[in-house]
Amino acid sequence: MRYARLIWANLMRRKGRTLLTVLSVAVALFLFAALRSVVTALAAAGEVGSESRLVSRSAIGITFPLPEAHARRIDALDGVASVSWANWFGGVYVNPQNFFAQFAVVADTYFPMYPEVQIPPEQLEAFEGERTAAIVGQGLMERFGWRVGQTVTLQGTIFPGDWDFTIRGVYVPEDPSFGDEAFYFHYEYLYERTNRNVTPGWFILRLDNPSEAAAMSARIDQVFENSSAPTKTETEKAFNAGFVTMWGNVGFLVRAIGTAVFFAILLVAANTMMMAARERTHEVAVMKTIGFGDRLLSGLVMIEAVLITMLGGAIGIFGARAALGGNEMLSSLLPGYAVEWSTVALGFAIALALGLASGLVPAWQAARLSVVDALRKVA
Amino acid sequence: MPLVEIRDLRKSYFRDTQEVPVFDGVNLTIEHGEFLALMGPSGSGKSTLLNLIAGLDKPSAGTVAVGGVEVTAMKPRRLAGWRAEHIGFVFQFYNLLPVLTAYQNVELPLLLTRLSKRHRRDHVLTALGVVGLTDRAEHFPRQLSGGQEQRVGIARAIVSDPTVILADEPTGDLDATSADEILTLLQRLNKEFGKTILMVTHDAHAAERAHAVMHLDKGVLRR
Repeated sequence: MRYARLIWANLMRRKGRTLLTVLSVAVALFLFAALRSVVTALAAAGEVGSESRLVSRSAIGITFPLPEAHARRIDALDGVASVSWANWFGGVYVNPQNFFAQFAVVADTYFPMYPEVQIPPEQLEAFEGERTAAIVGQGLMERFGWRVGQTVTLQGTIFPGDWDFTIRGVYVPEDPSFGDEAFYFHYEYLYERTNRNVTPGWFILRLDNPSEAAAMSARIDQVFENSSAPTKTETEKAFNAGFVTMWGNVGFLVRAIGTAVFFAILLVAANTMMMAARERTHEVAVMKTIGFGDRLLSGLVMIEAVLITMLGGAIGIFGARAALGGNEMLSSLLPGYAVEWSTVALGFAIALALGLASGLVPAWQAARLSVVDALRKVA
Repeated sequence: MPLVEIRDLRKSYFRDTQEVPVFDGVNLTIEHGEFLALMGPSGSGKSTLLNLIAGLDKPSAGTVAVGGVEVTAMKPRRLAGWRAEHIGFVFQFYNLLPVLTAYQNVELPLLLTRLSKRHRRDHVLTALGVVGLTDRAEHFPRQLSGGQEQRVGIARAIVSDPTVILADEPTGDLDATSADEILTLLQRLNKEFGKTILMVTHDAHAAERAHAVMHLDKGVLRR
């Protein structure tokens, strides 16, 4: 602490340069925190879902529907406790930027499959009793300022027309990664308004014995293998993970960008420290004459470099946490998006590494500086 | 035992592959409380001799002992600590750190000691009092005149109560009035506080203030 004033004075020697370096590190770490949070949110999304629930979809692709009759045949298989299904609706609320997921579900069988989703019993009952009712996530309610009993209109894109729904219930997920911005309504409503011209998008089934998930998946697919609508069955977790991979190799992309940003900022910070050290060559020689040792002087240079990057890192990382934590657009695109503490810790580790790396050369130069040569140059 | 004892000191530089001798076989003793002036033409090795006494440079041969400790045999890592304790250096161009106030500049050598903040403060104010600059403690070097800067430099050199003060042309960058003030101050440090001083100078008038004048010319040191 006794050198704090000396370090501070050196940092403030060129205020503009220090500020710009701090800001460049801050921007880099902000980007890092934002991008890594995409990866962690995607990873968490891939983990959502139960190993004891299976999802059976068309083997051709997720956008191809399946015959409703499949449900009865699946339900008849030994080891299947219950079956339900859902459809992607793809409606627009007011304008396309207000994106959120909408699912048509079978009211009496769908929600009992998801005990981790909390819905007040009276609201679930109200939903089940009304054909145009909807159950909406707490986050979506807050995002649009909706209230229970309100009627909202969605413009159908896959299923054209204006669709009126009355909100009868609000769900809250136990795990934030499940997302609280989805909109559920009756499959029956979709079925009737489309003149029965719709069939299930995918089936969800609960097993008596979760350990038989793999065997049961194979068995279901075998049943429909030679039908007009073959299936691809997998655990719900694998199904969700499949959605995540549709984003492409985001992890690789983020790592590539992160590495490029790291080295760019390393060069900026290293350049700053080199410039600072170069203009202080004479002063370092004077301090050595006074009695400052090589190690101490190197340490002071390193501390200075680390302070700059850690300060920038703190601004960037906590800035990202504050700015992106409650960002509606991001959380609607990626449920559970947040700058996690693991990202904060990793960000600070990177800032520390940046500081040490950028201070290394000037610290070494300070240590090996010849006092006689440095003083002679000025004299 | 003399405070500073130099025996058969040789120093030469290499310019490419050619050896350039600075001095060859210099012997010198400085007693406690002496004030010596060292004169000689440019390039005669005066500053080199100061650097060797301070352990800032290595001799080609010979020994330098200060207070009975052989500086030339000391390992580089120990030299810095030893210098902080025993050497007060006064530079021609003051060499104050521009980002620090006069107080903070004087405090620098004390940061290397175990003194508490309060004790450091006492020492710094005493040193600034000796050079008559207590009222300028919070001024930055750019806010001081050349003479005042050099007085701060002297305060920095004496604040840790070193064994010997090495002054390398302390009046070389000052006008006559300021130079006179600095020389009076050095004399006072020698007389009142018993400080041992070795001063390099080009100025015969300045050298007259010392107890004795030595001349270094063509590698030979004469009293």
